[in-house]
Amino acid sequence: MLHIVNKSPFSNGNLDTCLRIAQADDPILLIEDGVFAVKKGTSLEGRMKETVGRHPVYALQADLKARGIEGVVDGVTVCDYAGFVRLVEEHRPHSWL
Amino acid sequence: MEEQAPRKIMFVNRRAPHGSIYAYEGLEVVLIFGAYDQEISAAFLDDAVFSLKKGQDTSELGVKEFSATFRVLEAYGVENRYVEKESLEKRGLTPDDLIVDVEVVDGATLRKAMGEQDVLLPF
Amino acid sequence: MTFGILVQEGPYNHEASDSAYHFIQAALAEGHKITGVFFYNDGVTNTTKLMDIPADDRHISKRWSELGAKGVPLIVCVAAAKRRGINSDVLIDHARIDGLGQLSELCIESDRLITFGD
Repeated sequence: MLHIVNKSPFSNGNLDTCLRIAQADDPILLIEDGVFAVKKGTSLEGRMKETVGRHPVYALQADLKARGIEGVVDGVTVCDYAGFVRLVEEHRPHSWL
Repeated sequence: MEEQAPRKIMFVNRRAPHGSIYAYEGLEVVLIFGAYDQEISAAFLDDAVFSLKKGQDTSELGVKEFSATFRVLEAYGVENRYVEKESLEKRGLTPDDLIVDVEVVDGATLRKAMGEQDVLLPF
Repeated sequence: MTFGILVQEGPYNHEASDSAYHFIQAALAEGHKITGVFFYNDGVTNTTKLMDIPADDRHISKRWSELGAKGVPLIVCVAAAKRRGINSDVLIDHARIDGLGQLSELCIESDRLITFGD
């Protein structure tokens, strides 16, 4: 199962719920404001590093770029929309809205 | 269309009622899906547990009160109805506060049930 | 592979409609089939042709209509549309207004169903 999160973890609990429910090794894709979670140097960096140890974590390139985020937490894979499509091909998606 | 095994479809309800329309319009979808002979589940977690709370009265808001409709989920073919324990407890609710008979499950049970679905619909 | 798409948010206010559009373009480019785009909740307002957009911005409803012209089914929920003042008089070309049962069909027929919303 692919977990998709589109909200900033700094103002919303969707990522928390996702991490509470997601099976270990389930991939997590951050899109839209969700990409703020993987910015380097935030108060959440430690938590995201742990998350990367439990789940493959992806962040959408177009949304990172739009928000001027260049450095992402080590271990996070930056993917484009074609990569997004491939993830959905490989896993049934759930959007945590 | 070819015959195929029923699909497992789960409604993942996470929003509170009344503050936005998702709970209400989500319920409209559930009731329609019940007619399609698929394996339908509904999960309530986070603020969606407030949708199931007894004693809702929207008369002063002038909006339709729809919480009673959750009682008919079973009759409409929603075979599995889950409420996450942690979401209830966090909000000071117990199963006695709910208008509908549901299975209160822990995160691990919900995780397993979600993992078995073909389609997950967030509302 | 076949993908069904559910759009729950209106245009411009939220990125959901843009994300859905870009996802569909990428899926088509990868050779996948879109079984249909179902517009629900405020998502139905993506499909009004009354949008009048400055030339330097994307025209969201026109973009949807162009996808429809390419054969991607665009289905607008009738109940949600009525609530929000969308009917066949204002509907973009290549979209149709239909019942919630069509969303159920998308869930049954598609290999994957993905939701874009708030």
